[in-house]
Amino acid sequence: MAKQLYFEDVEAGYEIPALEKNPTTQQLVKYAGASGDFYQIHYDKDFALAHQLPGVILHGALKNAFLGQMMTDFAGEAGWLKRLSVQYRGMDVPGVKLFARGRVVKKYVEAGEHLVDCEIWIENAKGEKTTPGSATVVLPSRTAF
Amino acid sequence: MANKIVTEEVRAQIGKRSEPRVYEIERGAIRRFAEAIGDPNPLFNDEQAARDTRFGGMIAPPTFCRSLSSGIPQVQLDLPGFRALDGGSDWEYRHPLRPGDRITVESRIADIRETAGRLGPMVFIVVETSYTNQFGQLCVTQRSTVIRY
Repeated sequence: MAKQLYFEDVEAGYEIPALEKNPTTQQLVKYAGASGDFYQIHYDKDFALAHQLPGVILHGALKNAFLGQMMTDFAGEAGWLKRLSVQYRGMDVPGVKLFARGRVVKKYVEAGEHLVDCEIWIENAKGEKTTPGSATVVLPSRTAF
Repeated sequence: MANKIVTEEVRAQIGKRSEPRVYEIERGAIRRFAEAIGDPNPLFNDEQAARDTRFGGMIAPPTFCRSLSSGIPQVQLDLPGFRALDGGSDWEYRHPLRPGDRITVESRIADIRETAGRLGPMVFIVVETSYTNQFGQLCVTQRSTVIRY
């Protein structure tokens, strides 16, 4: 497992390590099968084109999962992802590299928990934030007993 | 602007609930989901490695709940179009989902509101879904927004 991050290691502005993703049409089919979301715009090109789309598009929920992966990596096994929020603002298509990114906005202690609020987003190759969101993680503290 | 679509009668559907559904969480389904999203985290893939963590075994990744369909209560709307968009989700995580858990999933219409969009009226339906384990612990709450226009 990766090295554990502690509450004391981060400050507002800390950049969460970016997660690079290269979604393919095969991944969309796998995700449809694993999630049970069989809406045809995610795997049937003719259907997608007939619905005024540029072709098949990513499930919003798959981008939600990418942001979830970035945040559980950030929290580490001794941390906990407490809250995750995403808004689907723009479409993404397979065959285009995406990055999940984020930064720490605020850290504080509440009800004995060491909490870190983050601003997060999915960014496409043009640098557009198609899927903005926010998250709160609990991090372990070096000083807590 | 006065609401045209979301009348008092439509708003009376707020609070409507789905029939609860119970799912048994399979280890293979967790692995398959982690593989589909491309997440190699040992917590979601490797029982032996996960044993040595504070969780004491594998857990499900945060959006695994997506595979536990709730049968969302239908909202009757008098809209000219039939288009629907997934607007996004807010998740709150209290306890992990583990292989062997029996999870009860239940959805409720939490809000229905309307705005004027570029293509005509847009209706935002907020669905709140709870995921509760066999010990009665509320593990996850999900609030999703469906946009109909």
